[in-house]
This record gives sequence, structure tokens and C-alpha cells, in this order.
Amino acid sequence: MRGQRRRVVNVMMNWLTALSAAVVVLPLILILVFLVYQGASAVNLDFFMNLPKPVGEPGGGMANAIVGSVILVGLAACLGLPIGILGGVYLAESRDRCLPWVIRFLADVMNGVPSIVIGIFAYTIIVLPMRRFSAVAGAFALAVIMIPIVLRTSEEMVRLVPASLHEAALALGIPQWKVVLRVVLPTARAGIITGVMVAVARIAGETAPLLFTAFGNRFWQLGLNQPIAALPLQIFAYAIAPYDDWHRQAWAGALVLIALIFLTSLTARIATKGRFGGVR
Amino acid sequence: MADGILVRQLHAWFGQVHVLHGIDLAIAPLAVTAIIGPSGCGKSTFIRCLNRMHEVVPGGRASGQVLLNGEDLYDPTVDPVQIRRGIGMVFQKPNPFPTMSVFENVAAGLRLGGVRNRGILQGTVEQALRQAALWDEVKDQLGKSGASLSGGQQQRLCIARALAVRPGVLLMDEPCSALDPIATAKIEELIQELKRDLTIVIVTHNMQQAARVSGSTGFFLLGELVEFGETGMIFTNPHDKRTEDYITGRFG
Amino acid sequence: MARAAAPQGGTAEGLSLPCVLPSKRAVRGWGDQLFRLLLRSAASALLAIVTAMVVVMVRAATPAIKAFGWRFLITSTWDPVTEHFGALPLIYGTIVSSALALLLAVPLGIGAAVFLAELAPLWIRPPVVFLIELLAAVPSVIYGLWGIFSLVPWLRQYVQPALGATLGFLPLFQGPPYGVGMLTAGIILAVMIVPFIIAMSREVLLAVPNTQREAALALGATRWEATRIAVLRYGRSGLIGAVLLGLGRALGETMAVTMVIGNRPEISASLFAPGYTMASMIANEFTEATSDLYLSALVEVGLLLFVVTVAVNGLARLLVWSVGGAVHEVRE
Repeated sequence: MRGQRRRVVNVMMNWLTALSAAVVVLPLILILVFLVYQGASAVNLDFFMNLPKPVGEPGGGMANAIVGSVILVGLAACLGLPIGILGGVYLAESRDRCLPWVIRFLADVMNGVPSIVIGIFAYTIIVLPMRRFSAVAGAFALAVIMIPIVLRTSEEMVRLVPASLHEAALALGIPQWKVVLRVVLPTARAGIITGVMVAVARIAGETAPLLFTAFGNRFWQLGLNQPIAALPLQIFAYAIAPYDDWHRQAWAGALVLIALIFLTSLTARIATKGRFGGVR
Repeated sequence: MADGILVRQLHAWFGQVHVLHGIDLAIAPLAVTAIIGPSGCGKSTFIRCLNRMHEVVPGGRASGQVLLNGEDLYDPTVDPVQIRRGIGMVFQKPNPFPTMSVFENVAAGLRLGGVRNRGILQGTVEQALRQAALWDEVKDQLGKSGASLSGGQQQRLCIARALAVRPGVLLMDEPCSALDPIATAKIEELIQELKRDLTIVIVTHNMQQAARVSGSTGFFLLGELVEFGETGMIFTNPHDKRTEDYITGRFG
Repeated sequence: MARAAAPQGGTAEGLSLPCVLPSKRAVRGWGDQLFRLLLRSAASALLAIVTAMVVVMVRAATPAIKAFGWRFLITSTWDPVTEHFGALPLIYGTIVSSALALLLAVPLGIGAAVFLAELAPLWIRPPVVFLIELLAAVPSVIYGLWGIFSLVPWLRQYVQPALGATLGFLPLFQGPPYGVGMLTAGIILAVMIVPFIIAMSREVLLAVPNTQREAALALGATRWEATRIAVLRYGRSGLIGAVLLGLGRALGETMAVTMVIGNRPEISASLFAPGYTMASMIANEFTEATSDLYLSALVEVGLLLFVVTVAVNGLARLLVWSVGGAVHEVRE
């Protein structure tokens, strides 16, 4: 009977779509299991404290890569956050006709540009004139990736501040710049910080743009105008090398990296949970 | 099809909130019954219980009996999807499918039911559009998008869509509240025509409208059916003081 | 004054000062002027960056453009020794791996999105949505790591021999099972883009007004039928946009692909064969580029990649915006 068939189709589609969702989640579980299984054994004190050692020597670590990543992300944040946050405030507050539209459009465009292309940009504009790979070049590339993300999220957060708050302050005779600095930004602060954390989590894992900017380093070289090690770079280098010990360290590095990223993302998510309401 | 509806001890909840308390009423076949009351009194919830649309909302639950031609719609063996073929619904804001043409909108219900034959579809669509007093206005534009019509036309399109599957009952949830007075008048005219073939239940917050179009009226307040009776009586000589207060505009 | 709800695509509504203070409007204090300047410069910095990027890359690619012209796009030799560079194998590899990724990711992604937005019981939705967001946060290099040590051996030992045995009459599944190759790259790309397709599609579906679903249900449709005729049709262009966004991501993915595609600039009919994409070629060879022309050719590949991804993403956003107004950028 027709009605019977339609009921069957309904149930079938329920199961099919559920299956799709299950299949999609499966790789995540596999990857996490693999990471923990392979990486946990190699994560030890040596890993966090030592420099990479030549093949065959035990006790190699990724200390310089971890510190290098922190430096790169920190430097990128110093470059990218002011532009991103101030730009976001501009987009939310400005009464200009043309520029905001252009900036928004460009931010969306940049969000879609592959990070390796941004690496090429950083190479041509910093590495070539300097005639060397450097942390500055790497940080620049990461900053360029970071800016559009922070720009958009900051704009959103500032827009969420109720207009009434803004107007009340203005009506008291406070100049606009003070209103933004003392009233609007503090109100939007939590959201902006969240957006920043999301951007940081994103760039911490980026490898491609660092391949020919920061380049990587096997030593404790932390000078900003020298090539510098970074966690994702090290993971990549070890992964494609033919040595088992290095593979194990790559897993350890991956475990550490993903733990940091998840932690940052999770904190960001929990902070905004209340803001945007529940799931439909 | 002469379908009368008998409602017995109908209760409804949104989650834990008890929104309808033991409604008992009899809806006369081939007549127009109006449901009136202030905002939040449960009249929309009531009408949505009649075609089991209330339970579609997350947290929506209902119990009791709704007897259509003697068959209880809330019987556990009854499939809610099936009963909605026999009871049509028109919503507050006209909601034609914008990606479908006028023709496809009206035919949507038929297609769901498995009707493929082009001839049958065309015939039924025309008949439904005529019944909804829309045929003359759209007969040359059947291919245009459903959303390209004016507000009043869209609502009549939705009525035609509901009518195409030949229900015995038509439920109308404040069908004119989003329309201008002229469009409203057209729909009220339409209702008078339709009642010859269908049982109509109309929820309205406009008392004058209820007085104009309906034969019986039920007054709801805070989830209870306060009073139910012949429209003339309700509006000129209500039994319950609360009804009188509402009619005379003391609240709501 | 639409502050909290301004659509993302339009001009920003500035703040409107109360009309009773016209004098404040005309005379802006120097604090305000400075502030305004500061904000504008910050925003213009982005404009400067993008302009610089385009200019610099075009300039760096010019030697190669001059040397090879249009033939760059249709020649298949990539020979650094004789300095003959043709990007065809790269373009082929990029297209095939992305197409394969879409083939796998789109049905799964839209299916999962439909499940999460329409059909799933409410209690299942938040945890699964959360898991999928986690998937989106995993860096490319870690997917690559998993690809090399988990996916490749699995394909080499089980899947590819099985496919070769059953469907080997198709040129698609012929050749030795290396493990690394186009198929692996396609699979790993699919895994990587599916969270984005799901997130965007879900937003599109959630933006469909509830009255549409109710209209279908009131006609006697089952839940799936209501989803099919009211929601999926309504959100059609948005869904296509979500798919295009996924494509945009796939085109630019570098690390994971480099680690599993075999890195050989060849065109082969078989999915088992190793290949190369534009992004992975740049990743592998940029630091090895011995001559200026070599480097310039690589920059030209980068420029090509840039243009294509911008076009695809632009189109995608247009389509996504067309459903229900503003749909927000995916939060990674």
C-alpha cells in the first residue's frame, strides 16, 4: 500500500542520514584513538625537554619546536590582533559608505585563500629581501591568516553589544572614542577573546605557510631573524622520514599539538555557549 | 463529506506546562466554528491538536479523544500522517513553497499521495483553485513562483493547496491576520462558499470576524473552554461573565 | 538602527547620534578624530595586505608567465633540469582529488546535516555537532600523519586489492596498489572537508522558516517528505554554496595531500596511481627551487591556485547568503 511504502521510506531515510552522521564521526574517533595509542608512549620528559637528536640516539625531543611554535604564535598575535580587533571595531562602528563593505569582502576572500599561497606571499615579501628564512617571516604569514578571522569575529561581538548601551553613554556627553574603549569593548571583551582563541587554535596547527618562511630548525635557535622550529613542521619532517623512532616522536608531537588545540577550542566554545542559545 | 468533530477531555502540554485543560466540545459538520480568546489562551494549540500538529513541536504532547466521524484520531494505532490528509490547515502567515510554481504548490499534496497522472493533476488543481476563488487570477500564470503572488493571493493559494487533497475539515489559524482588509474580505467570502462542502474551524483574535463568518463560537481563556454556543447568542447574550468581559473589551 | 542584527553582506549601519545634539555631530573632538583614523588605518591594513599580495605574486610569477604563456596550463612536462614547466598534471591532480573528495563528502555531509538539523532526536544533536566541530579543528598535518600510518596501509593491503579484483576492468582501478595515490588523497580530503559541508549545510537548513515544514506536514507528509519538499528545496542554493565552500577548501589543502598522494607529476587514468596537486607541488619543491625561473613557475602555480579558490569561494558565499539572509562564517 502506498502509505506503507511512504512510512518505510521515512524510516529508511532516518537511518541513512543517521548512518552518514556516524560515518562522518568515525575518522575523528579513529584518529584520536591512534594518536593516543601511538603517541602516549613517546610522550615523556625527554620529549618536552630535549632537542632533536640524530637518528639512533635515544632521548630526542621536540622542546625547541614547542617553544618555537609558542614564539611564532605569540609574534603573529602581536602583529595580527591589533589590526584584527581594531578593524573589527571599525566594521561595527563606522558610518563610512564604501570601505567597510570592501574590507568585509576582502576578509571573506582571504578566509578562503589556501595558507600555502599566503606562505608564498610572506616568502616574497620578507624572506627574499632578508635573504634568509626567519621567525619573522613565519609569524607574518600566520598573522595574515589570523587577521580576517579575528576581524570578522570581533565585528560580530561588537555588534552584539546592545545599541541602547552605546546611546546611553553618548547621551551622557561622553566622546565616542571613550564610549567604545570604556563601554563597548569591555562588554564585548569575552566574545572577542573567544574569537582570538579560535584564531590562535587555527594558526597553531598551520604547517604549509611555515615551510618556506620559518623553515624549521634542529637547535635552540630562537632569534627572530633566524629559521625557527615549529611543532607542526617538526611533525611533518619526522612523519615523512624513514625512521621508526622519529615516527613515534611525530605521534607524540601530534598528540601534544592536538591537545593544545582542543583545549583552546574547547575553552573558547564553553565561553560562548550561553551567548548563542541552544541547538534547535 | 460531512465530518463533524467531537472533542472529549482534550489536554495538551508544552513540556511540563499544561496549556489545555480538559476541553469538551462538538464541532458541527458543514458549518463554520470560530474559536476566540485573548493571546495565550490556547486557541492555536487547540486547533493544532485537531490535526495532531501540536505534537510536531518539541515538547508538544496531547491526550484525550478527538473523534472524526466516530474514529478517535488519538487512538494509538492511528498514524498522524494519515489523518492530516483528511484535515487541512491554513496558517497565520501565508506559506506557499517559494521554489515551486503555483501549479506545483497546489499539486504538492496530491503528488505526495502518489498521483502521477498529468490529467488528473491538472483537473484537480484547477478545481481547487476555483474553489479557492483564485483560478481567474492565476490561470495564465500557473508556472510562476508561488511566492510571486500578493499576500491575499498567497493565502488563497495555500487554501487551494489544502483543498486539493479533498479534506473533510479545514482548520484556519488566524488566516487573515497578515492580510489587508480587502484580502480579508475576500477570504471571509470564500469561507461562506466553502462551508457548503467542508467543516471549517477558524481561530481568530478579531471578534467582528468571528461574528461575521461563524455559526458557532467557542471562547477560550487560560487553556479552558469557558463558553461554547451559537454565535449570535455568544455575542449578544453570553452566559459566563468572563465571556461578557472579553466581548465588551474589558481585557484581551 | 540595526546593530545586533545587521546582515553580513551589506553596509554597516553606523551609530546614529541623538538628533538633539547636532552640534556634537559637526564638531568632533580630536580624540574622536584620532580614534577614527586609528580604526580606519587598521581596516585599511587588510586592504594593503591583499593588494600587496596580489601585486607581489603577479610580479614574481611574471618571468614564468612570459616564458610559457598559455601553454603553461596545457603542457604536462615538469622538468626542472631543462626548465620546461607545464602545470597540467598539477591541475589534473587537483581537480581529480577534489572531485573525488566531493563525491564522497557531499552525500555524507548533506545526509549528516539533514540528520542533525531535521530528523535526529534532540538529545543526540549537541554531542554529535560538537564532535564534528572537533573534526574541523584538527590540523592538516595530523590528518596527514594518520593518512600515512593508518589509511595508506589499510588501502594498500585491503581496499585497493579488493577494488582491483572486483572492478579492475575499469581503468580507474588498475595498476599496482601502492597505497599512496589519488584515491588516498581523495579520501583524506573528503574526511577533511566534510565537517565544513556539514556545518554550512546545517546553518542553511536551520535558516529555513518553520512555517515551510509545517505547511508540508499539514498536507500529510512524513517527516522525510516534509524535509525533502519544503526544506531541501528551499535551501537548495545554500546547499550548493556549502558544497562549493567544501570544494574551495579541498582545492587548497596542502599538508595531508602531500603526505599521501605520492608526489609524482604524472597524469594517469587510475586512481591507484600517485599524482600531484598544485598545493602539494608548491609545498614540496619551493625550497628546492634552484633557479629563478623554477621559483617563478612555482609562484605562478600559486597564483593559479589563488585565483581558482577565490572564484569558487566567492560564488559559494553568494549562494549561501541567498538563503534566509545572513549565514555566519564557520567557527573552527
